[in-house]
Amino acid sequence: MELVEAIILAVLAASTPLLIAATGELVTERSGVLNLGVEGMMIVGAACGFAGAWLTGSIFVGALFGIVAGTLMSLIFALMALGLAVNQVATGLALTILGIGLSGLIGAGFVGERLTPAAHLSIPGLTDIPLIGRVLFGEDAFVYFSIALIIGVWWFLYRTRAGLILRACGDNHVSAHALGYPVLRIRTFAVMFGGACAGLAGAYLPLAYTPFFIPGMTAGRGWIALALVVFSSWRPGRLVVGAYLFGAVTILQLHAQGWGVGIPSQFMSALPYLATVIVLVLLSRARTGGSTAPAALGTVFVPDR
Amino acid sequence: MQLVLEKRAERSNAIALVSPLIAIGLTIVTMVILFAVLGKNPLLALQAYFIAPLTDGYSLQEIAVKATPLVMIAIGLSLCYLANAWNIGAEGQFLIGAVAGSWIAVKTQGTDAGAWVLPAMLVLAAAAGALYALIPAICKVKFGASEILTSLMLVYVADLFLDYLVRGPWRDPHGFNFPTTAEFDPVATVPLLIEGGRLHLGSIIALLVVAAAAILLGRTIKGFEIRVVGAAPRAARFGGFNANQLVILTFAVSGALAGLAGIIEVAGPIGHLQPGISPGYGFTAIIVAFLGRLNPLGILVAGLFLALTFIGGEQAQIAMKIPLDVTKVFQGILLFYVLACDSLILYRFKLVFSNRQVARGAG
Repeated sequence: MELVEAIILAVLAASTPLLIAATGELVTERSGVLNLGVEGMMIVGAACGFAGAWLTGSIFVGALFGIVAGTLMSLIFALMALGLAVNQVATGLALTILGIGLSGLIGAGFVGERLTPAAHLSIPGLTDIPLIGRVLFGEDAFVYFSIALIIGVWWFLYRTRAGLILRACGDNHVSAHALGYPVLRIRTFAVMFGGACAGLAGAYLPLAYTPFFIPGMTAGRGWIALALVVFSSWRPGRLVVGAYLFGAVTILQLHAQGWGVGIPSQFMSALPYLATVIVLVLLSRARTGGSTAPAALGTVFVPDR
Repeated sequence: MQLVLEKRAERSNAIALVSPLIAIGLTIVTMVILFAVLGKNPLLALQAYFIAPLTDGYSLQEIAVKATPLVMIAIGLSLCYLANAWNIGAEGQFLIGAVAGSWIAVKTQGTDAGAWVLPAMLVLAAAAGALYALIPAICKVKFGASEILTSLMLVYVADLFLDYLVRGPWRDPHGFNFPTTAEFDPVATVPLLIEGGRLHLGSIIALLVVAAAAILLGRTIKGFEIRVVGAAPRAARFGGFNANQLVILTFAVSGALAGLAGIIEVAGPIGHLQPGISPGYGFTAIIVAFLGRLNPLGILVAGLFLALTFIGGEQAQIAMKIPLDVTKVFQGILLFYVLACDSLILYRFKLVFSNRQVARGAG
């Protein structure tokens, strides 16, 4: 029983950064912008988040640093891809390359330092309930926040007028522009939201997941978050399922390594990446009837006046 | 205040030529600021980065050695990008090529295998790189899966596979438990061009690849198809060009070139298979491809320039304790400026200060 509880806790912890980053990217892509720089924004968020928490001693300030860093990175992307109408794929790649370099530079002084990781909730009585107590009432703030975030995004996209306008920009920017909506400004906000989420997701890693910073610690999670958005068919509900499934795969391979099932550890470590490829293929194949992606995703828009 | 883009009636050829130079200039200005922030003397740092490596023969050879994989990979990537196929997993194809070629080297080690070993390694590496690149290409063409994400995921898989081999079955039994194969035999090693120097046969192969790509793009129908499919997909459809077939072809060629670069790196400057054989060549080559404006000769120049930043970065680290990550930041910033300056070819930038001005501009 305790093992089951431990596995559920570990899955939630491994899923949370994926869920936060993918939620941000979902909003960005719903506005019609494909930002491939999630990995770069995450890794800078991780470095800045650790730096912030280590310098001030506060996990909360660290998380804020991560959010601000991710947002600033996304602003570079917005300036290029929206302001200067540069190819979004190439700009996103550039953002990732820049982010990996910047995070190494920022984090160099902090390698080898340790933090007290983010505190877990503890409600006497409730947290002690066997099996579900710690899962429901003993998580760190990031886990609860990630769930609130995806519910908030669902509500925003499907229950508010602003969300409807954002989706309109993603499906047909020419029409949205003709109706008088400021397409580029809306997309800039969507990109910034994506950056803030990626930065927070990155900061989660050194602040709660492992209490230290190592260069390259995001290890492709930003790319997996991008794949999750495709997996979810750009729908918040499916995104939650996808994020927890991927978290489960990650934890499964870690435990399998521990049980010593005789498969080399590298093959188990490759599982999440292989799973991503297989899932992308299966989903894209199932979807031959018509794409569910925002119709204007990744296309350049230069308003004529 | 607002930035407004105005489409040019015709693409500006003058700007197309100078845009990479403007980008490099802007990058250097940004680097001066970064060096100052890091508390290093910007002039000395620039000197260490860009001048010092050009002043001695050893460094010059080293630049050519570093440029070899960059140019070979970037030529392949440029074909993909011209055809609007986004292969960003060249790093993985590079590693798989290195692994496949090393297989022959490891298996023939200590035997009296003859001169066929190295050519066989090169061929097998190219074939393996091409096959590995075909995975995302076929997933794209057959199932519509994003080639960007699948090709990138396979980089991590290739990295782990190489790691498994050199820590497991291929580890040198006399290597003090270090994760590396034994040194390759002389017949499995890329010959040097100058005895005692660094320059090897791979650089000649890279030049041949550049020439072949220039002929392919400039003189053949296939090259024309590649360019049309990327630049004008509708026109290409009317012309009866098969875009899917070109995705397969360009991925296979770029995978083969990356694989070839991988084995040349391992059987050349490194001499054995080990983790970390690439300081991100597959990703830096993306920058090389764009800085070279997806043009074979441009890529040759751009590859040499980025190789210079690798060597300069190492020298700046030794001489001035500037962290190696500065090189990555430099490369990232450079790609941003290159892309921004490319936008100048198609658009005119205008700063507009009030809405009234925008309205007047329209009227």
